[in-house]
Amino acid sequence: MSWRRFFSRKRADADLIDEIESYIAEEMAENKLHGMSEDEAKRRARIKFGNPQRVRERLWQQNSIAAVESAWRDLKYAIRTLMRTPGFTATAILVMALGIGATVALFTVVWSVLLKPLPFEDPDRLITIYENSNDQFPMNSVAPGMYKEWAKQNRSFANLAMLGEAQFNLSTEGGELPEMLFGAACTANLLPTLGVQPALGRNFTAGEDEPGGNRVVLLSWSLWKRRFGGDPAIMGRTIRLNRLPYRVIGVMPQWFAFPDSTAQLWTPIYNYFPAAYMTAVGNHQFEIIGRLKPGVAEEQARADLSVITRQVHDANLNNPFVSKAANTQPLLNDMVGDLKRRLYALLAASGCVLLIACLNVANLLVARAAARRKELAIRTALGGGRLRLLREQLMESLLLTATGGMAGLAMAYGLVQWLGHLTFQNFGRFESIRIDGVVAAFTVTLVILCALFAGLFASASAMGNQLSTALQDTSRMVSAGRGRARLRRSLLAAEVGLTVVLLVAAGLLMKSYLQLRYSDLGCTTKNVLTMRINLFGGSYNDAARRVNFFAELLERVRALPGVEAAGLGRTVPGSGYPGDDGFTIVEHPPLPKGMTQYAINFDAESGYFQTMGIPLLRGHLFDTGQRLETANETIINAAFARQYFRDEDPIGKHLRYENKNWEIVGIVGDTRSELYQDPKPIQYYPIFAGTQNSGMLVIRSGRDVEQLALPVQRAVQELDRDLPVYNVLTMDQLLGRVTFDASFNATLLLGFAVISLLLAATGIFGVLSYIIAQRTQEIGVRMALGAKRDQVLRLMLSDGLRPALFGLVFGLAASVGAVRLIQSMLYGTRPLDPAIFATVAATLLAVASLACLVPAWRASRLDPMQALRNE
Amino acid sequence: MIKKDQPDAEMLKGTLDMMILRTLVTGDAHGHTIAKVIERTSEDVLEVEQGSLYPALHRLEDRGWVSSYWGASENNRKAKFYRMTAAGRKQLVRETSRWRQMTRAIGLVMGEEFAESEGGQ
Repeated sequence: MSWRRFFSRKRADADLIDEIESYIAEEMAENKLHGMSEDEAKRRARIKFGNPQRVRERLWQQNSIAAVESAWRDLKYAIRTLMRTPGFTATAILVMALGIGATVALFTVVWSVLLKPLPFEDPDRLITIYENSNDQFPMNSVAPGMYKEWAKQNRSFANLAMLGEAQFNLSTEGGELPEMLFGAACTANLLPTLGVQPALGRNFTAGEDEPGGNRVVLLSWSLWKRRFGGDPAIMGRTIRLNRLPYRVIGVMPQWFAFPDSTAQLWTPIYNYFPAAYMTAVGNHQFEIIGRLKPGVAEEQARADLSVITRQVHDANLNNPFVSKAANTQPLLNDMVGDLKRRLYALLAASGCVLLIACLNVANLLVARAAARRKELAIRTALGGGRLRLLREQLMESLLLTATGGMAGLAMAYGLVQWLGHLTFQNFGRFESIRIDGVVAAFTVTLVILCALFAGLFASASAMGNQLSTALQDTSRMVSAGRGRARLRRSLLAAEVGLTVVLLVAAGLLMKSYLQLRYSDLGCTTKNVLTMRINLFGGSYNDAARRVNFFAELLERVRALPGVEAAGLGRTVPGSGYPGDDGFTIVEHPPLPKGMTQYAINFDAESGYFQTMGIPLLRGHLFDTGQRLETANETIINAAFARQYFRDEDPIGKHLRYENKNWEIVGIVGDTRSELYQDPKPIQYYPIFAGTQNSGMLVIRSGRDVEQLALPVQRAVQELDRDLPVYNVLTMDQLLGRVTFDASFNATLLLGFAVISLLLAATGIFGVLSYIIAQRTQEIGVRMALGAKRDQVLRLMLSDGLRPALFGLVFGLAASVGAVRLIQSMLYGTRPLDPAIFATVAATLLAVASLACLVPAWRASRLDPMQALRNE
Repeated sequence: MIKKDQPDAEMLKGTLDMMILRTLVTGDAHGHTIAKVIERTSEDVLEVEQGSLYPALHRLEDRGWVSSYWGASENNRKAKFYRMTAAGRKQLVRETSRWRQMTRAIGLVMGEEFAESEGGQ
């Protein structure tokens, strides 16, 4: 057998026709030599040659590849069969496309994000290092002084790099709009540790990585393209970051997104953080990336660093914030974080949808096999091999799945774009999410598996058929197709069961999301606009200038028409943990040595409480006249009072904070910093004390507050042309962002569950319609013998609902196990929430009854005479 | 290429290929000539069935033992000529020696038995 011959069959045949002609001509000429007449010579020649058709056929066969030949025939036959029932075909392809599309899309994300190695050199040896600060913070950020000791003393790492988050106000000389950008300040060995080179220019030198080193910066590819037009002449030029000149020394590769994809600028660490700060051993702020030496295991390295940490701890016994041990995890795990569980949960859910889709297609095929029962029986009787029939069945299912798979792949492509843009934008591996060879191979495997699954299920039922019974089987026999109906019912029950599991999971996540989104923050969220302002560098290094700026800004904003209240605070409730700091209560006995006492520290001014609607419970708010050094008032929240002043009146007591005594003058209501955490103690200090250089401006209005965004930003620009405001969001938008993950998970899963429910409903409808069609005569007989219409209706309903009920029970039982997997994604919702389980059961029963009602009602309307005549 | 009325055609498939190659030793030939030569040299015992000849020729060409070209026949008609290739020559040698061994072996087995039974008559 040869492919060359196979494909040149047509030419070989044409050649053969010529050869045959030339043979006949030769033979005729010879015959004529023997004295025959023209006609006789021709006749003899033809007789001698025999049937030319047979010769051609023989050669044709010889040149064919039997398997291809028959597969091609099966394919043509399958296409014809499927074209004859376009409704069935379209349904099956759509169902398959949904299942495969969802699964491939999620697999693409899982593969790209969780499984594919990081794009760095030898990524398996890259690990992230933390301080293990007692039980509360086993993965704490690292103090710069600690890093210094690690870098000096460790024996496990080829390279140890440090980086910290950095924010830059980028303003260019040309008077373009100022812009707030995120980036990283890092040690010069960060890029060598990762094994990355700048695409243009060079890395930092060791000299630049020292206190007082030249200010230099690396740009991200996208920033270079967007802001500087991709001009290579930018190299060596100076840009202004936080009002200071930085020389551009390079551009990073396009794919480089580290520590995440928001990072646009990288500077040496001493350019950004003050040198004095870099020796602190109790100030946890930095991320450490290490490259293990060959042959060193992660555990060894952790033990090595822990020994050093312990020594630093013992040398600084008076500082209670120094950790005693180090902690590590692979860099990939660190970058992936809690995405892992979410993604696997969603992948499992999409797998369920695919399984349901397969069951549905199998069900449809079984129904068709039933309708074609006689045709198949006749073909078997005429000598059609069983294997041949099986092959046809499989070819049909392969055709359906493959077409569905192609549509699904297109769907997955769109879905991946959408998923990526919506959820993983801030995530370092977002760029790597795309459909590649591995995903394509996965899709092909999936298509084949689904085709086998659906096809074998369908043909298993067709094969079991006894030839003679099939031929004799007239529809008058009540038992017709019982066995196949049973198979369809079990498929249906499985489908319903899986649907129930998906519905329960979606219900729990949805409830959890709603709890989160509408949890009581302790402040107003309606008609509040927020925006962030940073006063970095230049003249703002002076505290008085900062305070004046804030005061004047507030005055101007409050004067704008439509503004009901405006204020300034460190951040707003619900936007995350703002950070904390230690304090002592002056009137209390000193804490035992080594004990610490800390609470969220929050700079605010009085307008903040009024704007956010945080109630003043006792005392009064800050005296706005107190500025800079004269400011000595503090306000606490109710949780603080409960925890630290159990049986006494906090008003008039003093907190010692940052080497200064502050008098407690008021108590305000509790607020939640994190949506999923109960309110925590907060110590409020006046922002007019001037220690802070950044804050959140909050504005409340009686009407559409978004209309105030532009006037407020204009007010800022009037005060300082080079000052960017960013994150301009209403409270509702901000909370929407915070709860986005939860809402996304819940919505996606609910989408899957609804698709499954629809599939299950069509399944139930189809099966019952089929059973009723099979039993038309029986129903006719029953009615003729006096059965009432509602009796028939009840009989048919119970027939259709039985598999749904089985499925429901099975599904609820399976859910009890399955919810454990999503337990950690739940908030304020018990995994076995009875309300959700009840709602799911009720929904499913309602949908199933509806799906059954139509065919059952139709059965009860049958005219018995017609039913009996229908032979 | 079977003797008339002989049903057992399959067994002799390889031998047709061999005989075709043998006829091409003397020079290029087209299908009609090849059939004629085989029939004549076998003293008309073997008759080449066209249904086998042409598929066989194509098969041989496919294996690279013969090559073909279109030319003019002795009667100046367009005909497809076959020529033995070097590989075909080697194949012919192999086949011939295999055939000799086979006929000798069969002869050894059959020879005495036939002699006996004939002698017995």
